[in-house]
Amino acid sequence: MNALQEALAGTWRESVKTFRLLSRNKMGLFGFCLVTFIVAMSFIGPLIWPAEASANVADINQGVSARHWLGTDFQGQDNLRKIINGGKDIVMVAFLTGILATCLGVVVGSLSAFIGGNVDSLLMELVNIWLTIPKFPLLAVLATVIKLSDPVTFSILMAALDWPSLARQVRSQVLSLKRRDYIEAATMLDLGTPHIIYRELLPNMMSFILISMIGIMIFAIYQQTSLVFLGIVPYASANWGVMINAAERRGVLFNPQAMWSILAPMGAIVLFQLGLVSFARSLEEVFNPRLRTSV
Amino acid sequence: MQPTLSVQNLSIEYRARRGQVQAIRNVTFDVQRGEAMALIGESGSGKTTLGLGVVRLLPSAATISQGSLVYRRFADGSGSPAREIDVLKLKTNQLREFRWQECAMVFQSALNALNPVLRISEQFADTARAHNYLRGRELEERCQHLLRLVRLDPERVWKSFPHELSGGMRQRVLIALSLLLEPQLLILDEPTTALDILTQRNIMDVLKELRTQLDFALIFISHDLSLAAELADRVATVYAGKIVEIADVETIFMAQTHPYTIGLINAVPTLVGAKEDLTSIPGSPPDLIDLPTGCKFHPRCPLAEARCREYEPELEEVSSGHQVACWNWRTARESIQAFEVE
Amino acid sequence: MPDSIITLEHVTRTFLVKRSPIKAVDDVSLSIRAGEIVCLVGESGCGKTTTGKMIAGTLPPSSGTIFYGGQDITQLSRDQFKRYRLGVQMIHQDPYASLNPAHTIQDIIAAPLVHHGLTRGEAATRKRVRELLELVDLTPPDDLLDKFPHQLSGGQRQRVSIARVLTVNPSFIVADEAVSMVDVSIRISLLKTLTKLKEQMGLSVLFITHDLALAKYFAWEGRIGVMYLGRMVELAPARQLVESPQHPYTQVLLSAIPEADPQATRRKKHIQLRSMDVPSLLRLPTGCSFHPRCPRFEGESCQQAVPQLVEFSDGSAVACHPVQRERLADRVRR
Repeated sequence: MNALQEALAGTWRESVKTFRLLSRNKMGLFGFCLVTFIVAMSFIGPLIWPAEASANVADINQGVSARHWLGTDFQGQDNLRKIINGGKDIVMVAFLTGILATCLGVVVGSLSAFIGGNVDSLLMELVNIWLTIPKFPLLAVLATVIKLSDPVTFSILMAALDWPSLARQVRSQVLSLKRRDYIEAATMLDLGTPHIIYRELLPNMMSFILISMIGIMIFAIYQQTSLVFLGIVPYASANWGVMINAAERRGVLFNPQAMWSILAPMGAIVLFQLGLVSFARSLEEVFNPRLRTSV
Repeated sequence: MQPTLSVQNLSIEYRARRGQVQAIRNVTFDVQRGEAMALIGESGSGKTTLGLGVVRLLPSAATISQGSLVYRRFADGSGSPAREIDVLKLKTNQLREFRWQECAMVFQSALNALNPVLRISEQFADTARAHNYLRGRELEERCQHLLRLVRLDPERVWKSFPHELSGGMRQRVLIALSLLLEPQLLILDEPTTALDILTQRNIMDVLKELRTQLDFALIFISHDLSLAAELADRVATVYAGKIVEIADVETIFMAQTHPYTIGLINAVPTLVGAKEDLTSIPGSPPDLIDLPTGCKFHPRCPLAEARCREYEPELEEVSSGHQVACWNWRTARESIQAFEVE
Repeated sequence: MPDSIITLEHVTRTFLVKRSPIKAVDDVSLSIRAGEIVCLVGESGCGKTTTGKMIAGTLPPSSGTIFYGGQDITQLSRDQFKRYRLGVQMIHQDPYASLNPAHTIQDIIAAPLVHHGLTRGEAATRKRVRELLELVDLTPPDDLLDKFPHQLSGGQRQRVSIARVLTVNPSFIVADEAVSMVDVSIRISLLKTLTKLKEQMGLSVLFITHDLALAKYFAWEGRIGVMYLGRMVELAPARQLVESPQHPYTQVLLSAIPEADPQATRRKKHIQLRSMDVPSLLRLPTGCSFHPRCPRFEGESCQQAVPQLVEFSDGSAVACHPVQRERLADRVRR
């Protein structure tokens, strides 16, 4: 077996092991499946059930029926179809923002704590200033100049606003972990700063980082849907946030039949967040061996 | 004369995620009036649980599954008890009275047991008030008397906050506090661990003096054999939740017969004399959830045989006041010495 | 000095506590040879741990020089410094904090091997890890390789710590209270393992402890240094120190320690101190810092002059005015 095959085989083994660990926690497994399902539905679903092109005037605001499992909206379009097609933006923004903000926050926070001294003070001053910026109003203002309906742009912007608080938290975690004996031992064994940060410190912070990331993701979803709901960010295509906005505008709150037009997208968002949070639980076990009940 | 504390067949268990922790299993022993009993054991022996059990301060996950705990209070000068209390049957209010008035406990790492925002005088006043004890001038006089007994200068200590006192001083304050309501049973959990040599010496001397001045029985829980040698009248070695040997202090150190006790004594270096041949006991203490069959010490015992693996020995009498739980106690000392020579 | 692995010359370490400087280590000089065992004993705050950290390189001295293999460690080239870094290793006190809880034992021991290229390939690394575990008497090693630290006992964890420092082939080990948090019945076997390794690999060991009886046992063939409030007050071969201590502080300590022998310990005469007040490092007494409590206090010289550590012909060294005066004839001229 050559090196590449060995590496691939190794990665497969690790993945299987990780999956087994993940599945040990029932909540976590549930979360993982839910998230995977929603992601799959949002990206693969539209290929099978693309969005309806035109309105169906005859079917406006229908409740749940055999033909429309989640009812229809103000245009007579099937809600379920809209849900399937509406997830992509939300999911993409959530993951992109989460990953970007987390990476930035972790790198800045851990380096700042590890290097210490003036670099640390400077970075923390920057972070403090950044934190005083009111995010939501800023987003609202920026929406007028930047095309926020593009998920990538939106994610970058939100990540830029969200990373400082994570950096602060990561920094305090690193500061407290830095004093542990095993870190001193690694320093004495001359294992080098990159090793110490990535192989010694990070694994012990993983659960904290991942949970923070999921927190950022959830917050990003709220930011996005709020901006859409308030009409600040116009969207051409319908995503869940747009669906909520549109449904509310059309007076769904006064028509019990049309309830599902607002409940369905809300439910989708809630389920997505629930899946993320539950998944976080089992991730904790993967990264903190002490939480595993029996090995 | 009847003992101050009678523990009979006491068993204490904890509920843990992995299963039931059998912390104390069928323990029986007595503490006579004014006696100092040392409970010696290492990590996982259950000794702290036993101490907490006597004052009934066990966490909610613990249950006392069987046994009895009887405490007797003696009036001055008389031989028969003035009061006999079945500790396990006490209800909340009676339990509060029992704790501190009859039996007081000074915990491990007690250096942090004092409320950091209260002055020492207030801590004493709090306790006194909670038990409707003395107040005002009378209380102050009694407390200052106690502080002097523990070799503290009341002027210096009375109005201080805990952080203004050293570790040794705080420990002594706690001992004084525990004696405030004149209990006849005092339990100390690792009283000298985490203290410096000279401070330890001070505490030991203080305890010795207190025992001559006041009438109380003392149970101290420790892993430190030298503390037992210094203070105890009787010593019980605890292993895996059971007392495996109990005798007066001379016998335990000079004529011990349980392989664990033998191993323990052979593992502690002394300052006097040339460098002795010290040994360790191989292996580790057993998991209290998943105990081995038979005698719990058998996996580490050089004398283990088939009987030891199957049946757990109970305490039997070696001589008056000396009991041991071992199938091979008669030959243990010689066998182990021969074993080491090999 | 050519024989010595580590030499400290007038090393001082100052810390700032609430804006006031305290000398955690005050003018300590010590020379440790290859294959030698030296125990540093003293009560809390005496500076023994700080001294250990300076020797191990994790704390720089505020003044004075530390020599490794005869060379000033601040003057070393990059390669030489790396050799010093790896040559002096430390074993920590707390077995529960010295191993990364997220790593398996295999990971922990393999990391330095792989990082420094000491083994090539996964198979060779695994083999070396097994060898090292066997060397520290953790047998059979395969039982432990894939376990996490929380699954091991305290004694086993300390052994893993020892195996870890052995990966880089050190010549000097600083053991900072390495057995204090381990069960009494296991301490001796850990020390025996350390002694065996010392003999097999020619290691020097600086053993820091507050337990004089343990120090006597471990350093039987070596020396014991007694520290008080940052200064070295006595340094002598172990047997001598325990049997005929010279410094009053050493005498007081030895008399205060309880013995695991009821007759001996209850008959022991405890030397009384002049005062029970423990001085704080923030307000050190003038002259000899032990003078307010010293049973041999003589007056002016003790109050005004700080006694230096003076060597005598029998290999002992004491920092005490009365003792130095009495033994003037035995002084070793340097």
